[in-house]
Amino acid sequence: MTGPAADPALRRGLTTRRGFLGAVGALAGAAALSACSIPGRGGNGVVTQAMIDDYWRGRTGKGHVNWANWPGYMEDDHSTIKQFSKETGISVTYKEAIQEAADWFGKIQAPLAANQSIGFDLMVVTNGIQFTELVELGYLAPLDHKRLPNFAKYASEKAKRRSYDPGNVFSVPYMSGLTGIAYNTKYVKEPITSIRQLFDPKYKGRVGMMSDSQELGNFGMIAAGIDPEKSTEADWKRGGDVLRRQRDQGIVRKYYEQGYIDAVTKGDVWLTMAWSGDVYTLSSPDVKFVVPQEGGTIWSDCMMLPKTAADPVDAIRLMDWLYAPQNNAPLTEYINYVTPVPGVQDVIKQKAAAATGEDKADLERLATSPLIFPTAADYAKLRTYRPLSNAELPRYQKVFQTISQGA
Amino acid sequence: MARLRGALSPYLMILPGGLWMAVFFVVPLVFMFSVSLMTGNIIDGFKQTWHWQNYTEGFHTYGDKLLRSLWYGLIATVACIVLAYPAAYWIAFKGGRRKSTYLFLLLLPFFVSFVLRTLAWKLVLTDNGPLLGPLRNHGLLPKDFHVLDSGFAVISGLTYNFLPFMVLPIYVALERIDYRIIEASYDLYASRTQAFLRVVLPLSLPGVFAGVIMTFVPVASDYVNSEVLGGPNNVMIGHIIRTEYFDNSSYALASALSFSLMALLLVGIFAYARALGTEDVLEAAGR
Amino acid sequence: MTTTLEKPAPTPAPAPVRRRRRRVERDGLGLRLYTWLIIAWLMLPIGIMILFGFNDTHSKQNFQWEGFTLRWYRHLFDKGDLTQALWNSLSIALLSTVITTVLGTFVGIALGRFRFRGKGVTNLVLFAAISCPEIVMGASLLSMFVSLDLPRGYWTVLIAHVMFSISFVAVTVRARVVGLDPKVEEAAKDLGAGPVTTFRLVTLPMIMPGVMSGALLAFALSIDDFVITNFTSGSTVTFPLWVYASTRTGTPPQVNVMGTLIFAAGVVLAVISARRGARHT
Repeated sequence: MTGPAADPALRRGLTTRRGFLGAVGALAGAAALSACSIPGRGGNGVVTQAMIDDYWRGRTGKGHVNWANWPGYMEDDHSTIKQFSKETGISVTYKEAIQEAADWFGKIQAPLAANQSIGFDLMVVTNGIQFTELVELGYLAPLDHKRLPNFAKYASEKAKRRSYDPGNVFSVPYMSGLTGIAYNTKYVKEPITSIRQLFDPKYKGRVGMMSDSQELGNFGMIAAGIDPEKSTEADWKRGGDVLRRQRDQGIVRKYYEQGYIDAVTKGDVWLTMAWSGDVYTLSSPDVKFVVPQEGGTIWSDCMMLPKTAADPVDAIRLMDWLYAPQNNAPLTEYINYVTPVPGVQDVIKQKAAAATGEDKADLERLATSPLIFPTAADYAKLRTYRPLSNAELPRYQKVFQTISQGA
Repeated sequence: MARLRGALSPYLMILPGGLWMAVFFVVPLVFMFSVSLMTGNIIDGFKQTWHWQNYTEGFHTYGDKLLRSLWYGLIATVACIVLAYPAAYWIAFKGGRRKSTYLFLLLLPFFVSFVLRTLAWKLVLTDNGPLLGPLRNHGLLPKDFHVLDSGFAVISGLTYNFLPFMVLPIYVALERIDYRIIEASYDLYASRTQAFLRVVLPLSLPGVFAGVIMTFVPVASDYVNSEVLGGPNNVMIGHIIRTEYFDNSSYALASALSFSLMALLLVGIFAYARALGTEDVLEAAGR
Repeated sequence: MTTTLEKPAPTPAPAPVRRRRRRVERDGLGLRLYTWLIIAWLMLPIGIMILFGFNDTHSKQNFQWEGFTLRWYRHLFDKGDLTQALWNSLSIALLSTVITTVLGTFVGIALGRFRFRGKGVTNLVLFAAISCPEIVMGASLLSMFVSLDLPRGYWTVLIAHVMFSISFVAVTVRARVVGLDPKVEEAAKDLGAGPVTTFRLVTLPMIMPGVMSGALLAFALSIDDFVITNFTSGSTVTFPLWVYASTRTGTPPQVNVMGTLIFAAGVVLAVISARRGARHT
């Protein structure tokens, strides 16, 4: 892969829309000078190889990276980070500062708009509404792929081809997860294979759905036979109708922002939309996870650099370091989500061969689990989010957000 | 000179605290009001356009949530009064020497974080939890009966969380009543009911009013309980405001909604306070 | 809050007529049971919280009893970010208590002692601040910070906490000041004490119970606050915020342990101050 922005089609896409947004942004900027208004956060211009070079020219490492991540995304003793520091001499301050994508976006947007530091050089954001906003607003530093040799060598094909960030201009995946259906076999006496079963009146009051409008929308559209990634506004309405009917029939017990996993374990809900990693970590014999035959979704929490990063050089080095299979394996062992580095499977298999007792069993389960290393058949069923422009977003939200709000 | 200093001193004493309140309470409200009339979005920025339609749009889209919040607030507040009054009454009049111990026990939840309390209450209410589990196992409940994720769960959580705020002022008011007055009413051949209705109750009303202020407002604007304990039909306005701010970054609409919420609540409360005199209410509330 | 700390004056209970007394005691039994039921209800979730701090759970979830362990007490500070969140909460609570108590006490004294122009407005603002929904305070502060492009974080949380606690301290102190006899201060002045000396040696000791209970109230309000902090915190995380967010991936037992310890500390503190208060009156 050459420079990511070298792809002319991509560049054109970026040019036109960004250019337009840039102009709008400039106007908004002027308007911001007048008193009592909230300034626009309008985007930057084009991302060209020259701009990437510009950003990185003359930058040197300062030896310290501040990293913002989600809770549960690093071993308690931070051994992966310690290993990195030991090998490179770069110290890392790691904070579980991100709890919710929207919250996080709201928090960092003011300093980024003012071109101020957010206190972090590296952050992990889910591909989705906020990621697209960060890109559109020009808040992210373009990645210099010359500094990412491990990524080029070890990243999975899926990690390299992502519609929401073609060419990995701004981000590389940290961990991915599958959204499918979890069900409790104590209560559900039939195999769950189809997404339609979430809509079965038989399970009235026993179905959990996610409240996140993209997750919810994806499942509504898949149930309506639509591929969410290629969906149009009319498709959204169709998906929305399906979901609304499901809600109004009283099938949905709750729209979960979080906490569906204890609900399904305790039997408050019997089947629910779920993330693969949650079910894997739960390791309960009763709760099963399935990617429905019509399709599930794959999402990625991605590493990226805010444009005001104080030490992007060392941050991108850390990014790349994490793509070496032997460095990534301990993380995968801890996090139990889908790693973007397929080579990890071999590392864990080797570890399992060397281990004994309970550790061996755990490692073998990990190395062979389709929840950590999805099969090709699973991958074929997995859909991705539809990236939403800022103009589309309110219309999308109007269809799907209102469902979980009971409106 | 000395007289001047004397006249100035209350102002000097008020100045630091007053300034803080002005800058971080009053001014932000003005800002919020201003934002509530803007139009725009996060990318292009927001501009002041005196767009009153934000309010009508807010009411149109979320009016039912606003009403539901007031309704839940009302039920939970009444539930708090009903639950708190007898307990406060018993402690105040029959608590004897251990009065403060009993009161202290009722106030214990204050020492546990509000969020943790709500999560623990959720654990209690689950279908197979300590309350419903045994009942269900003995076949006393229909199979699909559940409390969690319902309006009842939300209201019970609100009541649970804010009950101490109601107990306290009612207790203070009752405690102040001179027992001899009640004795006197008995001596004048009042029945117990009459003594209660015509002597105790009226004397304790300021406490109840203070309790209502302490509970109704936070209950009606809460979102934690409805998020943790509620289902799709129990969304309260606080959740909407939070989503509009954080998820949608639609600051104008969110501001209009919070301003409406505040206006509705404050108008009610101020009317209430007028009838009682602000200072009385404040004093009772502060105790 | 105050009442637990300032022991109320015992109601004189003259011996009532014997015949009635028996009746009163009998119906007291039902109410006594009722009160204990309410207490039990209030304690039930707290008991569960404490219990699950001892749960020997092996998954990331902590809601099924798997046996007793003290593990989580030994590994209390293993979760670096949780610990940091707790420190943030504690330090914000301490700082805001100090600031609030100083500012609020002066406001309380001024309101309780003096008649002056603007008193009505001040009362009105305090009253509005006490009865204003938290979400509105949070949202309005956020509106202001956003409009001014101010980054949010530790200091904005501190500002907000001081803001919503001042009125409570002021009102508590005022209630105490109103009950004082101004002649004592006048006597001090007649004996040649300057205003500063009078304040330090006469006024302050007299209003101290009010100040202390105001301070405790401010501390409790701050350490427990979720809503306003949620709106003003930026990337700073406090204990309640961390706990709420952790429900996404599973709340670790350390949270229960910390909750238990805060609870225990609060109880001990309140008991001590109640004892001391009782001794003084």
